[in-house]
Amino acid sequence: MVTPGPSAAPTPPASGTTLTPLEEELLRLAGSVPDPELPMVSLAELGVMRGLRLLGPGRVEVELTPTYTGCPALESMATDIERVLHDHGVPEVAVRTVLSPPWTTDAISAEGRRKLAESGIAPPAPRDATAGSPVPVALAVRCPHCGSTETELLSRFSSTACKALRRCAACGEPFDHFKEL
Amino acid sequence: MTAALALGDDALVLSHRLGEWAGRAPVLEEEVALANIALDLLGQARVLLSLADDEDELAYLREERAFRNVQLVEQPNGDFAHTIARQLYFSTYQELLYERLAHGSGPFAPLAAKAVKEVAYHRDHAEHWTLRLGDGTDESHERMRRGLDALWRFTGELFEPVEGCEVEWHTLHDAWLTRITSVLERATLAVPEGPRRGGWAAGAGRQGIHTEPFGRMLAEMQHLHRSHPGATW
Repeated sequence: MVTPGPSAAPTPPASGTTLTPLEEELLRLAGSVPDPELPMVSLAELGVMRGLRLLGPGRVEVELTPTYTGCPALESMATDIERVLHDHGVPEVAVRTVLSPPWTTDAISAEGRRKLAESGIAPPAPRDATAGSPVPVALAVRCPHCGSTETELLSRFSSTACKALRRCAACGEPFDHFKEL
Repeated sequence: MTAALALGDDALVLSHRLGEWAGRAPVLEEEVALANIALDLLGQARVLLSLADDEDELAYLREERAFRNVQLVEQPNGDFAHTIARQLYFSTYQELLYERLAHGSGPFAPLAAKAVKEVAYHRDHAEHWTLRLGDGTDESHERMRRGLDALWRFTGELFEPVEGCEVEWHTLHDAWLTRITSVLERATLAVPEGPRRGGWAAGAGRQGIHTEPFGRMLAEMQHLHRSHPGATW
């Protein structure tokens, strides 16, 4: 009865075109902007950069996808991208929000996951391991402090929309877990 | 676009109701949970209302009769069990609806494909609390039962076809009832009896007819914007 949501490929659509060297450089700059709420990871590592196009001399369009539909960080992400590109000589920057295909936690890079764990946030499990359900319940989540898998869920919702609150039974520390989405 | 208003208003109004729990939830974790759910719904409302027209004008400058949300979402919070009952009924419906819209080719498919994953967490949250309260103490069981019973008459309206949503409404209803029945059985609660359609049932929110508490909610929601048009901080 429960049909799994449409599982879209986690790879960016890249708008069907290959980037020019300049576009690649600008995309790298835009993607290096830190996430406003998880500043240990960049937007590229978070997997929210969907593309960049040079529309004309000094005119760039950036495509960004939200982690959650109501993510309040989206506006400051856009502002930060604009600032970085302005600073690198692009006067006109338009940041467009795209919803499709929906962002998933599988889009977070290996480096991004490593940095999350290093900062005390348990990274999300790969979604195929959660077998079709967007709400994984039985997976062991490893404590980012001591490495124990003896952890329990305190709340499905935490300091930001993308995280759940857990506690480690071994070391007693509470920690955030980046929910699988 | 009537469908964008219907779905967008459902999300907006429920978001505002859940936001009313800020500072009043029984425990801190629930304060955070309800605020997070409200935030997800607000994000969905913004996308949906923007498909119809200017989101701020629609949210802040429409009169009560112009809102197209179902009456269920405008019902006051009541006690925590009452809010959980509303969450269970609505999030179960919304997840099933978004699943179907996500598989379609209509204008709501991208939003639905994104939001269905968020709503799955809302539904999961409501189900867990229904189990805890229903299968908890005599007091919690009784309050959960009261909430479910009181809101039951508002659930028929959820399955009135919305023009512009290509969905098989009767199979959506059957899937909803199966799921609700299964959760309530596990929670040692009975599926409420009583009319959901016809004279004694509620529901004309999609036509702009709303219940009395909605006007007061709108007054609070719109007051700042109407008093200080265009204000920013």
